[in-house]
Amino acid sequence: MRWLVTGAAMVAGGLAARRLLGRSGQAAGQRAQRVVGRRKPRWHVATVNLPADQIGVHGQLPEPLTGLGDAVEIQVRPAAGDRGTEIAVRLRDGDRLPAVEAVQRVLGRDPDQAIRAALREAKQLIETSEVLHPDAPPTIESTPLNRPLQLVTRHGRREGRL
Amino acid sequence: MKAVVWEGANELAVRQVPEPRIRNAQDAIVRVRRTVTCGSDLHLLGGYVPFMERGDVIGHEFLGEIVEVGPQVRKHRVGDRVVVCSFVSCGRCWYCQQQQFSLCDNGNTNPAITENVWGFAPGGCYGYSHALGGFAGSHAEYIRVPYADQGAFTVPEGVSDERAVFASDSAPTGWMGAELGGVRPGDVVAVWGAGAVGQLAARAAVLLGAERVIVIDRLDNRLEMAQRHLGVETLNYERQDIGGELLERSGGRGPDVCIEAVGMESRSGGPQLWYDQVKQQLRIETDRPVAAREAIHHCRKGGSVFVLGVFAGMVDKFPLGALMNKGLTLRGAQQHGQRYIPMLLERMARGELVTEHLGTHTMPLDEAPRGYEMFKQKLDDCVRAVFEPAG
Repeated sequence: MRWLVTGAAMVAGGLAARRLLGRSGQAAGQRAQRVVGRRKPRWHVATVNLPADQIGVHGQLPEPLTGLGDAVEIQVRPAAGDRGTEIAVRLRDGDRLPAVEAVQRVLGRDPDQAIRAALREAKQLIETSEVLHPDAPPTIESTPLNRPLQLVTRHGRREGRL
Repeated sequence: MKAVVWEGANELAVRQVPEPRIRNAQDAIVRVRRTVTCGSDLHLLGGYVPFMERGDVIGHEFLGEIVEVGPQVRKHRVGDRVVVCSFVSCGRCWYCQQQQFSLCDNGNTNPAITENVWGFAPGGCYGYSHALGGFAGSHAEYIRVPYADQGAFTVPEGVSDERAVFASDSAPTGWMGAELGGVRPGDVVAVWGAGAVGQLAARAAVLLGAERVIVIDRLDNRLEMAQRHLGVETLNYERQDIGGELLERSGGRGPDVCIEAVGMESRSGGPQLWYDQVKQQLRIETDRPVAAREAIHHCRKGGSVFVLGVFAGMVDKFPLGALMNKGLTLRGAQQHGQRYIPMLLERMARGELVTEHLGTHTMPLDEAPRGYEMFKQKLDDCVRAVFEPAG
């Protein structure tokens, strides 16, 4: 059955690479345009389950967000339907070529990764008062097969669709 | 400590691994007293979930005793006998407040994987791959329980370990299928799968007032068990015409609620099993949805289908036409255990919910690989193997 796991890992790796290099389901023309054109920073938005006046100490957002400093713009607004508060973050400037962005993501130096992690951690701090840590010490062994997965899980909060 | 670890597809071993530590202020450490195999573990063992790593501790249905608590744990203290929900949920995000605990925004430390695969990330689950947080599983002497005040429940005096352990996962999963499937008094309910979850979904349907509950499987011992312990009707799909029987038993209307409690490796008596197996092995489809197709086909017009069995990815030949044209409601979920466990423990204490018969084989943790082999191959009429780490 090892070939099954190998195959699945390759498929997962391919999907991850495809995700890193460009979203699936988009027209080829759009994709081609994005490869040559610079991409504008987009808003990353998380909704926290508290009204805006109960977020943070003295209205101050949690450290993971304030730690991003002047490199980002932050907007805080009530969520529709009394679902709490939306926190939106985007890079202040820095249009990037998709290829440059992809390389930065692979190297873990993409500023959008830092924004995603900060948003997720801030949401956890606001809602639960702590950031949930993975188990430690880990029980797993590194093998050639699981290295791609380990790379993915190292970026567990820094990647995704947020 | 000793733990059962995944070493590769169809390879399990009992190994020494580091003991868990408190990592968050809301954590507890639980000494595991009983931990149970689950059909969904077989998907991990078979290599169908490509997010496992060599050395991952498996197991997610368990009961034990708290031996250490973090400084923010308020509800529990050292010595409490607790059953722990298999899903890790914070209890405070919007989803948890809607009682949809398995959709917790904060319980999964690796949201990127499932966001990319499924669009959004559900909560975490013990021993169920790095896609669901990578938390160490319960087939071990000790386990870390994050958000312990939310996920651990004190077992009432008088409810045995043997009964209460199934309140961790099987019983709330089954109850959820019946409740969110919309079972109402007088309904005819069909349940695909007579494993522990299917049996407990059938029992939940009875307790919610269904007039006829029909459990479908191919294993006579499980069907006899369902008749004997739950008082429900049964059908063996290898010997009986399921469509004809369901029509006959529902006055020609079809079941009001159909519950799929089989999952991604389901079987059938017909050629579609071979079709799906070939496609699954070639990775043209990831899951075999045979029972889900049947549930949709046989459900009455305007009825409800609830998918309890675990699916991971893509299925083929999904009867969307039947779903749309018959006006069906299709729902599914991982279990929202925190919503049901207190009520289920009360029912267990009152004797309304009996589960001991499901743990057909009890053995020390050292024998877990043998237990899984028995469970997987259904040897000696195994329904669930139960491991006692201290045994």
